[in-house]
Amino acid sequence: MQVSITVNGKRYERNIDPRMLLVHFLREELGLTGTNIGCDTSQCGACTVHLNGKGVKSCTCLAVQVDGMDITTIEGLAQNGALHPMQEAFWELHGLQCGYCTPGMIMASTAYLATNPSPSEEEIRGSLEGNFCRCTGYQNIVAAIKSAAEKMQQEPVGV
Amino acid sequence: MRPGKFAYHRAETIDAALELLTNNEDAKVLAGGHSLIPALNLRLAQPEMLIDIGRLENLRGIQANGSLMIGALTTHAQIETSAAVQQYCRALSAAVSKVGDPMVRNRGTIGGNIAHADPASDPPTVLLACDSIIHLQGPDGTRTVPVQDFFLDLFTTDVQPNELVTGIEVPNMSDHKTAYAKLTHPASHYAVVGVCVAVKMDGDTCDHAHVAIGGALPKAMRSPGAEAALAGTTLDDAALNAAAEALMDEIRAEVMGDVYAPEAYRTAMAGVYLKRAIRQALAS
Repeated sequence: MQVSITVNGKRYERNIDPRMLLVHFLREELGLTGTNIGCDTSQCGACTVHLNGKGVKSCTCLAVQVDGMDITTIEGLAQNGALHPMQEAFWELHGLQCGYCTPGMIMASTAYLATNPSPSEEEIRGSLEGNFCRCTGYQNIVAAIKSAAEKMQQEPVGV
Repeated sequence: MRPGKFAYHRAETIDAALELLTNNEDAKVLAGGHSLIPALNLRLAQPEMLIDIGRLENLRGIQANGSLMIGALTTHAQIETSAAVQQYCRALSAAVSKVGDPMVRNRGTIGGNIAHADPASDPPTVLLACDSIIHLQGPDGTRTVPVQDFFLDLFTTDVQPNELVTGIEVPNMSDHKTAYAKLTHPASHYAVVGVCVAVKMDGDTCDHAHVAIGGALPKAMRSPGAEAALAGTTLDDAALNAAAEALMDEIRAEVMGDVYAPEAYRTAMAGVYLKRAIRQALAS
């Protein structure tokens, strides 16, 4: 089936098998391997991307369902070579251990800040209920999101 | 994991979707896909055809006009953030806010949720406590089914093979105090036990109470015993304990257990979460 999907601002036309999941479309058709596959069962959140600005799990979405829609992946967050404040905060505060969950954590938390720009620590923890860090490195992840939220309050960014 | 092969049709109208459903015995309806796609990924479902109704925008949205009319394609996130739902039925707001996680709620729909009829799901329990009505459409027209007659068994509903769920009608419960209390499975976020109560107070006395329980049973059910134990009381500790005992007695024979939450534990938690739901309702 012919689809036209905009990913990170660029439109891609592809002829795909309807059973192709969005995460496979991103990784295998477009080579955007920053989006990870973790559990395959919509629990772990490693595959989180933005669909029309909202966080979704790309392992639980067929690529044909998002025909004509806008996707942002972890590769699309940095602008003009400058990391997104969330990426910077994860780097500065070491919001990762093995790093596998990191793209999903960053996409989920940037989507969350769009709905609640100044969350409490407890709210941040609640917002991560769909993202698992198997290393259990949550302390620094939460600290990074808090730091990014504060920075973005001072200098708002697009995403 | 990858789904098996299927033919894919995106329906542009309800009639087109119904025609495809009628003419294709092994077709499944795709809305948000948050029950169906995991089943496809695990090959628990391998339909020959998917009929994608996800773009039928007239099935999406919430109207509050005497009762709440919630289109089948309305997402959990849309219900969770609706001021009208909060005003008409706080327990429904609470229950949908506990479905899955934020990403699941952005895609998962209320119509898909009830059509799938997962016993560990949250919304059915609230819909049952609030005497909701399910709206269906088939080739011969529309019909409505009281939710009490809608859920038949584990993953089994009254939806006929050629019908679509088009909407859910929830009465205005603003003259009741409603609450949904849930013991959440820490990994899957499904309900180990979920209890919804809707109590109508007359001063300090409970005029009547609706009690429904889900998560622990093949399908959500009402608890006539608990409802009788609460009516006419001041909802003091003695009444709550009696209601909890009645609820536990009613479900004991049917309760489902697993390695995480065996039958006896779920039964005990049903009583605990009933009491929590009532206390939350009274505090609301």
